[in-house]
Parts: sequence; structure tokens; C-alpha cells
Amino acid sequence: MPATHHEEPNYMGVFWWLLVLTILEIAVIYAPFVKFAIVILLIGMALTKASLVALYYMHLKFEKRTVGMIAIVPLVLCVFLIFMLTPDLSAIVHHSPKVEAAAEGAHAEH
Amino acid sequence: MTQAATVDHTLGVEPAESPLTPESWGKLGMWLFLAGDAMSFGGLLAAYGAIRYASGDWPQPSHVLGIQLTAFMTFLLICSSVTMVKGLAAIQHGDQAGLRRFLALTILGGIIFLSMQAYEWTHLIERGMRLSGNPFGASLFSTTFFCATGFHGCHVFGGVVYLTCVLVQAMRGRYSATNWNSVEIVALYWHFVDLVWILVFTFVYLV
Repeated sequence: MPATHHEEPNYMGVFWWLLVLTILEIAVIYAPFVKFAIVILLIGMALTKASLVALYYMHLKFEKRTVGMIAIVPLVLCVFLIFMLTPDLSAIVHHSPKVEAAAEGAHAEH
Repeated sequence: MTQAATVDHTLGVEPAESPLTPESWGKLGMWLFLAGDAMSFGGLLAAYGAIRYASGDWPQPSHVLGIQLTAFMTFLLICSSVTMVKGLAAIQHGDQAGLRRFLALTILGGIIFLSMQAYEWTHLIERGMRLSGNPFGASLFSTTFFCATGFHGCHVFGGVVYLTCVLVQAMRGRYSATNWNSVEIVALYWHFVDLVWILVFTFVYLV
């Protein structure tokens, strides 16, 4: 059965956006910003690029809403996983050898 | 008895048309597979982030890994995504020669990507990177690097084999302006591989 038809997206336009965002990503890691800002910018640009591929190259923009829900579930679960790991990570960082050595150093000074 | 058997048989038949993807059931199957596969990659990247966050001596990836080389690999994979959509658009307009040409270019992009990854791995192994440790800092730096990029590389290899099968069918003239669902399904897989590389490149190489 022939597929449902929709207007053909501007594939080359999406390509140029992907290329520009990739160049910007490379530029950002050498920019004189604080690490946190660099990480936020990189994640923002990566998610934008991933969305462009999913929406236009995978035609998710033209699919039924439920297909979009199927596609978004892994992202939601991944974010949930990261939040579930966060309390445990804080404890590990708190007890890491580096932090404990620093704490012992501060204690010795007193 | 015969009537009951007939009723049971009728109930067991699936509807001819998928409610979510009227084009084909195969397309819905691929979307479900990709959602499951995305969870595998999501788990890997979340584990990478957790291990890195908890490590005190994680090396700065851009100081150890070749960013220029992998940036070019990213560019290559984006180009192969473009050739893939162009191939799909070609067969949607009935252009079989265009489909064959663009499929071949997509496969070539995948092969060059894999070759460059092999070169990168060889270079890093020569510098002392191993699955069990490395001279640059936390031992899990190289473990997570090889696992994440290796898992993605396996997907690229699988994609190249899959695309080659579709190309063989295209050369036999199987696809036309009214029969291109298989091309759309392989395209979904290949774009997913590209999408995942965008995330791997950012989290493993740049952040």
C-alpha cells in the first residue's frame, strides 16, 4: 500500500542547520566560558540537532501523535534514570578519595 | 465445530492496516525497535555521565581524543543521512536509478565512517588506551569510551549490511513509486544511527 503523502521537507536546509550547529559545538568547547555554560550550550545544541533529524529526516513531524509518543518515551525514561541516580551520585562524590583528602587536610589545619 | 474453528481463525487475523502507521506494519515495528534501542543507548550514556561525575580524575576528552577527526566523522554521517532521504525522495518519484545511486553513496558514507573509527581506535590503542585502563586518568574513561563508541559502531555496521540488502533489491527493480515502504524503514534505522552519533559525539567527545 502506498504511504500517506505529505509535503517534502527542505532536506538541504536541515543539512545546513546541522552543519552550522556542529561547527558551533566545536567552537563552544574552545570558548572562554565557564564549564557549566559550555555543558548547557552543548546539550542544547545536541538536542536541537537530534530533534531536527527526528522531525524532518525521520518524518516524525508528519506522523501520528502516538508515534511521537513512542519516540519520546526513551528520552523521558533516560531523564528519569538520571534523576534517580543523582542522590546516589552526590553520596559517592561526597565520599570520593579526593574530597576526603581535602576534608582531612582542612581538619589537620584546625 | 467447523463454524467455531472459523470464528477463532477470524479473530486471530490482524487488521490489514496498522492504526498508527497506515503505510505498513513494518514501519511501526521499526519505530518500536528504535524506541527500545534508544533506551539501550540512553542507559549507556546515563551510566557514562554517572561514572564521570563520580570520578575525581576524569581526563578532558578534547585533550585526549581527536576532535577534528570525529567532527569530520559527524559531518560524514550527516551527509549520509542526506543521501538517504534523497534516495527515498527519488523512489517516491519513481526514479529507480536515483535510489540506487543515493543508496550506494549512503553505504559508502557508512563504510568510510567505520574505517575512520577503526583508524581512531588503532591510534588510541597505540597510545595506551585499553578497555581496562589508560595512561590519561580514570581507568573507566577508556572503558566507557570503547563501550559507547563500539556499541554505536556495531549499529553502523548493521546499517551498512541492511542498506546493502536493500540496494541489492533495488538493483533487481523491486521498488517503485507505489512500493517503497522497505526503503522508508531502512531510512528510519539509518537516521536513528545518525541521531545517536550526534549525542555520543557531544557527550563522549565534547562535554
